[in-house]
Amino acid sequence: MQNSTFNLILRRLIGAIPSLFAVIVVTFMVMRLLPGDPAAFFAGAAASAEAVEQVRHQLGLNESLLTQFWIYLKDLAQGDMGKSFTTGQPVTHDLMERLPASLELTLLGLLIAIVIGLPLGMLAATRPNSWIDHLCRLLTTSGVCLPTFFTGLVLIYIFYYLLGWAPAPMGRLDLFSSPPQDVTGFYLIDSAITGEWAIFRSALAQLILPAITLALFALAPLARMTRAGMLGVLNSDFIRSAKAAGLPRRVILVRYALRNTLLPVINTMGMVLSYLLGINVLVEKVFAWPGIGSYALEALIASDYAPVQGFVLSIAVLYVLLNLVVDLVCSLIDPRVERAA
Amino acid sequence: MKQFEEWRYLLLQNPLTLIALIVFIGVVICALFAPWLVPYDPFASDTVNALQPPSANNWFGTDQLGRDIFSRVIMGARMDLGIAVGAVALAAAIGTFLGACAGFYGGHFDQAVGRGVDIIMAFPLFVLAMAIVAGLGNNVINVVYASAIINMPFYVRVVRSEILILKNAGFVEAARLCGNSNKRILWFQLLPNVSAPLVVQMSLNMGWSMLNAASLSFVGLGIRPPTPEWGIMVAEGAHYIISGQWWVALFPGLALTLVVLCFNLLGDGLRDIIDPRRRT
Repeated sequence: MQNSTFNLILRRLIGAIPSLFAVIVVTFMVMRLLPGDPAAFFAGAAASAEAVEQVRHQLGLNESLLTQFWIYLKDLAQGDMGKSFTTGQPVTHDLMERLPASLELTLLGLLIAIVIGLPLGMLAATRPNSWIDHLCRLLTTSGVCLPTFFTGLVLIYIFYYLLGWAPAPMGRLDLFSSPPQDVTGFYLIDSAITGEWAIFRSALAQLILPAITLALFALAPLARMTRAGMLGVLNSDFIRSAKAAGLPRRVILVRYALRNTLLPVINTMGMVLSYLLGINVLVEKVFAWPGIGSYALEALIASDYAPVQGFVLSIAVLYVLLNLVVDLVCSLIDPRVERAA
Repeated sequence: MKQFEEWRYLLLQNPLTLIALIVFIGVVICALFAPWLVPYDPFASDTVNALQPPSANNWFGTDQLGRDIFSRVIMGARMDLGIAVGAVALAAAIGTFLGACAGFYGGHFDQAVGRGVDIIMAFPLFVLAMAIVAGLGNNVINVVYASAIINMPFYVRVVRSEILILKNAGFVEAARLCGNSNKRILWFQLLPNVSAPLVVQMSLNMGWSMLNAASLSFVGLGIRPPTPEWGIMVAEGAHYIISGQWWVALFPGLALTLVVLCFNLLGDGLRDIIDPRRRT
């Protein structure tokens, strides 16, 4: 068993390599299509023709596209994604510094969506046409229509301006707290480890609105899939047998029905993650969240392309890896997938 | 006439779809005739009346430059709807062509198309759209291209899978025995049969494309101010939310939500009407 699990993981890892490579190629190509001459841009407005030529040589822009791609690959292998003008730091350094902020937000959003979405879908499926079914339908229909940036602003208006429950939407901590000791980079985990509960509370307070904004969007597909899957499973023969055998309702629902529903739901998770990672950029802008999305946006406005390229690449890689995890979880919870593969 | 009766019956059975259809027609009228409908010039600033809450004169209030938000929201329908229609039309045309050929002929072409689709889907789509607009240049037409590219995989997949099922059907065999060429079978026998799921997909896609276009302009890509466009208007209003001037962001945001909701309801309704088996 141990061995087969290991084999499975290995096979999936190897299977992800083509996607990763494709992602690198596309990112490279898109950024090579850039309008204007990067050499002239790097050399500065006052540079002479020779200086521009020299910079072009330095950047390797005289080489063929293939050679340039090779150089790019080699740099990437060494973790070098170029330098940002605006911060003056290597892009890799900036991204690593800001990645935990984005991940903490995205994962908490996903967690909230799962914690609310799964039970909601289950309850809706077990009680068709009840008020909870209607609530579920309302949430799933409206969830995908709400522009995330707009939901975020509405939440800020209600919970910050009107009610005063939430802190000002200005980043990861309020003005009076300093970041906890850096262990994982996730403020919630770090402050919990070191036992600084005041910081934990402050970080949580800042996180909650943006995370709910993300969750509202992710909730819809999750609840919808759970409801549809559950409805299908509840009509199947083995549930009827379980009922006839007099098993308690809770056992039927959780042990029999939910487990069989989970597979399509986890498969949807890949799509949900794609949405979440994209939408993260919008939420980070609305809440002035210092993650990699807002970093890329600032760079984009300043025509600073190395960070944008680094951002697109790291998000895409992250997405491929998270999908890999989803795949693995899928085949671990359902042996049928493994056998089919 | 019989057709009409049937449609009327179906729409009355689905009141939500009917409402969505009415709203949709209203939005299209707004988009087409916006310049003649608006009470004020959407570009005219009036700094004396800046940031006024909604009143009898300015139904939706005024923004930071004193422009009438109601007029700007009406004008905004044009831009967002235009981008969505352009992107969906382009994506559907190219996606259908590729998907149909891939499904019908199979072989290397099918594999190449499949790879291409996989590559696009390997990205979080909004981030890919951002990268494309940043790469191609920051203007409206590139937003249309970017939206079309990220929408295309869905059409390729839908059309390809439908064609794969249909191409073994009896009527195709009959057409072939009558001496129709492959090309003729594909365009005149198979594609008309794919149109139903295609229309549903397009309707569902419209809302999504609109959200995408508005999101791109919200982050400052594509359309630029002072163009009246919902994403930009929400972005401008975002600065005033924390000081309590809710109307600047609320109305364009609501308009966007409403139109996207209406497209999704229309898509769901169409699916129920066209293909009762897929009702959820």
